[in-house]
Amino acid sequence: MKEQQDGYLKKYFQLRKHNAQVAWKKMKMSKNCYIFLAPYAILFTMFFVFPVVASIYFSFTYYNILEPPRFIGLQNYISLLLEDDIFLIGIKNTLIIAVVTGPLGYIMSFLFAWLINELPRWVRSVAVVVFYAPSIAGNCYVIFSVFFRGDAYGWVNSLLMSVGIIDNPILWFTNPKYMLPVCMLVILWMSLGTGFLSFVAGLQGVDRSQYEAGYMDGIKNRWQELWFITLPSMKPMLMFGAVMSITQAFNVCDVTMQLCGYPSTDYAARTIVTHLFDYGFSRFEMGYACAIATILFLMMLLCNKAIQSLLRRVGT
Amino acid sequence: MSKKRKKELEEKPYHKPLVKRRKPNRSIAGDIALYIFLVLVAVIMVFPIVYAVSSALKPLDELFMFPPRIFPRNPTINNFTDLFVTLGKSWVTFSRYLFNTVFMTAVGTAGHLIIASMGAFVLAKYDFPGGKAFFKLVTVAMMFTGYVTAIPNYMIINKLGWIDTYWAIIIPAFASPMGLFLMKQFMEGLPTSLIEAAKIDGANEWKVFFQIVMPNVKPAWMTLIIFSVQGLWNNRASTFIYSEEKKTLVFALGQIQLGGIARTGQAAAVLVVVMIVPIIIFIFSESQILETMASSGLKD
Repeated sequence: MKEQQDGYLKKYFQLRKHNAQVAWKKMKMSKNCYIFLAPYAILFTMFFVFPVVASIYFSFTYYNILEPPRFIGLQNYISLLLEDDIFLIGIKNTLIIAVVTGPLGYIMSFLFAWLINELPRWVRSVAVVVFYAPSIAGNCYVIFSVFFRGDAYGWVNSLLMSVGIIDNPILWFTNPKYMLPVCMLVILWMSLGTGFLSFVAGLQGVDRSQYEAGYMDGIKNRWQELWFITLPSMKPMLMFGAVMSITQAFNVCDVTMQLCGYPSTDYAARTIVTHLFDYGFSRFEMGYACAIATILFLMMLLCNKAIQSLLRRVGT
Repeated sequence: MSKKRKKELEEKPYHKPLVKRRKPNRSIAGDIALYIFLVLVAVIMVFPIVYAVSSALKPLDELFMFPPRIFPRNPTINNFTDLFVTLGKSWVTFSRYLFNTVFMTAVGTAGHLIIASMGAFVLAKYDFPGGKAFFKLVTVAMMFTGYVTAIPNYMIINKLGWIDTYWAIIIPAFASPMGLFLMKQFMEGLPTSLIEAAKIDGANEWKVFFQIVMPNVKPAWMTLIIFSVQGLWNNRASTFIYSEEKKTLVFALGQIQLGGIARTGQAAAVLVVVMIVPIIIFIFSESQILETMASSGLKD
């Protein structure tokens, strides 16, 4: 019995060795590939992989740049989740923003890409510029602070007051009640980004003959066409767009910081990234900031996995 | 059918109809509703941008007028000329700021284009151990934005001694995951037979890459350039660079924007200057970008 087991083990290791040898040979044969990839791989590891690993490491330490990092175990996470009320506000706000603007922005991107798909060529290219421009317009969103100005001379306030909905001007960016909704509006305005371009291009590439076949098989209106033909053949683009929307939805910080101030009243517009910014660049508690970053990574990865498994079911 | 119409048909049986045959699944009412809806949304989307441009053209008294007007009554370019006067009076000259931004953008974009295409080429066209895993890693890295990795990045750049040099901005820009991703997806569409044919004719990998592959992926070049320029043009670089003479144009403009109520007109002009560059580049390269994005899909 024992001998037999040893035999199996031996065989297993032999196989392993063989596999490794084959891989090594392959690697030797594709030496050129590695040479081509090397410059990018080195820089990528240095500026994207290593920082992530480093921030996971620092999240277990107390580190303030001046002193060498001191290992403190899970202390950072414990104080983040149990003692830091402002971080909980940040998580809540980020989740609210992500849940509202993420899916809505994603659907908007697809919807508009789909709606302009059948327009004549030149109208379509104008429409793409119009819809895409807000997301590349730098910090043009600060113009919203003119529309939503807090006094009676702001556009929205004066409009609402002349219609008679409100009596006193609303302090849009100072009153905690209105901060998030207005910010979400601005984020939605900017949400037709790279994913939108991907959708526009993908829709152009859907095979026309599939539609003809669909008409024969009794597809009645444009909604059925969308669900049974367009969406299934757009799956790869939908995945890409999802990655883009998650990125945008979870990394909100510039808009809230510029519009609502930093810090905002009662921390009502604080997001996870704002909190990270606060601890990393204002208080220099790097270990703590890295713990925040790690939590953000985990949330984004989980969300990405969930959405991918959801998207696999589209059109089936 | 009337006689006239019959005769017409006999004369020109293949007469092209004036109105294109509509798709069978579309109703006219639906199409009209769609157009109206799209126009409305487009107006909403474009309104803040138009307003930003028009307020940059307003003289100071109109900027504070109530009720506000969308279009200026006496358009002037005073705000822009004032902007240049203010920049001209600053300690570091305007041309220096401009040079910094242009230099970083140009070098960063060129390096990114070459390095990312080299990586994308082997990832797309060769099967070698580790290649697929590496690409998976890149797609995950697309989700990380600047702030999240900023702290360790600062330490790395500090260790390399690049703090307060242009390299702190330029070198990380080389490795942007988005560019590699788009390039690789686009290169997968190139026929493999093209590369094999070149190899049979005796070209080595470098020759294949520079003479066969690169000329054939020009639309993807454009796309990489746009995304890289967008990132670098809007880069304030304030974390890594502290000498005033090495700071970027966007940073200098941002300072003017913070100048308070007396600089409202100039601030509006700044908004326009900052946003107009990426938008104009996009308008000119739209068709190439869309061609590249057609292959942007993520497969499992």
